[in-house]
Amino acid sequence: MSLVFVGVCSHAPGITGRDERAPSDLRDGLYAAFGDLRQRLHAARPDALIVVAAEHFANFFMDNMPAYAMGMAETYSGPIEDPDWLRISRRVVRGAPDLSRRLVTEILETVDIAYAEEWRFDHGIMVPLHFLDPDNALRIIPANINCQGPPLTPLSRVWAFGEALRRAADAVPERIALVCTGGISHWPATPDSGRINEVWDREFLARWTRNDRAGLLGYTDAETYAKAGQGGFEIRTFIAAAAAARGTGTVHYYQPIPIFAVGCTVATMEIV
Amino acid sequence: MSLYQLSKLLYHLNRDDSLKARFKVDRAGALEGYDLTAEERSAVLDSDIGLLYVLGINGQILMHFAAFCGVEWSDYLQRMRDGVKRHGPVRAGIYAMTTSPDEKVVE
Repeated sequence: MSLVFVGVCSHAPGITGRDERAPSDLRDGLYAAFGDLRQRLHAARPDALIVVAAEHFANFFMDNMPAYAMGMAETYSGPIEDPDWLRISRRVVRGAPDLSRRLVTEILETVDIAYAEEWRFDHGIMVPLHFLDPDNALRIIPANINCQGPPLTPLSRVWAFGEALRRAADAVPERIALVCTGGISHWPATPDSGRINEVWDREFLARWTRNDRAGLLGYTDAETYAKAGQGGFEIRTFIAAAAAARGTGTVHYYQPIPIFAVGCTVATMEIV
Repeated sequence: MSLYQLSKLLYHLNRDDSLKARFKVDRAGALEGYDLTAEERSAVLDSDIGLLYVLGINGQILMHFAAFCGVEWSDYLQRMRDGVKRHGPVRAGIYAMTTSPDEKVVE
């Protein structure tokens, strides 16, 4: 049928794995925002949810690193991390292989996406699913943009990928939801974990909410690395969402939560 | 310098339960097949998180190896700071420290 929902959110493992160490008002506010996003997502009655993530060496490594990938499996499993560390139980997630195949086929018209019939979800997908699909009821199609192992795909190509996602979603009879997940500025898993450039984040979100294509594509990786850390490379997922939705965005929650290592964000974008 | 091989070992260790089991009983044996320098080899055998960080291991791989070794989060961050103090700045990769070793962003 078409793309029926577009949202973005953070996925930092500390959000679940170190939840008790955050100020309770911030944590509760974030969890409530995730709950609100869950309601909006399910109200769109999706037949499948595409999660565009920026995975962290769970499936893809520098021996054969795809810039873009999409899952095409019957089922997926996760988290790949120690469930006690992430505080999310292991689950088997239902995929939609036939739908995946049709989406990949259409995306390939403009973007050389890799496909994968095996995929183990890391925190980048499991933290969002923990909040957005607690009953494990949705059919999930994972997608990935390499934001970890440079050379990285240029932002202009990320935009093309988002456009391809939209075109592919609109070409199938199913109702497709899209959640793109990543951080804005952050320095995760380094001694600087907890450093957050709130000014940079808010400027990025301003460009994102008005779907300012030129502004979003105006960042260079050198500038992002200097001001937003290596975690900032994950803005690619948010940019793909903007290209797919074409509308304006609404930030429902943004707060820097240092123990979660990121400016925690929950937002949706109008589909036009 | 064989950072790629060292990274690949830790990547495999993070996702392969049989390699984890072998590593627990036979660390040296689990390293077979990976072309490591003596320094890299000792860093893994000694669970030297600080040295692994300085050698340039991506934090997204290193934090799981640290958790596998039973290192708690704040201790993980401290071991990286201590590694930089002992061994100097991070030598490769994109996970270099931007603060000073005595500065703590979070406890």
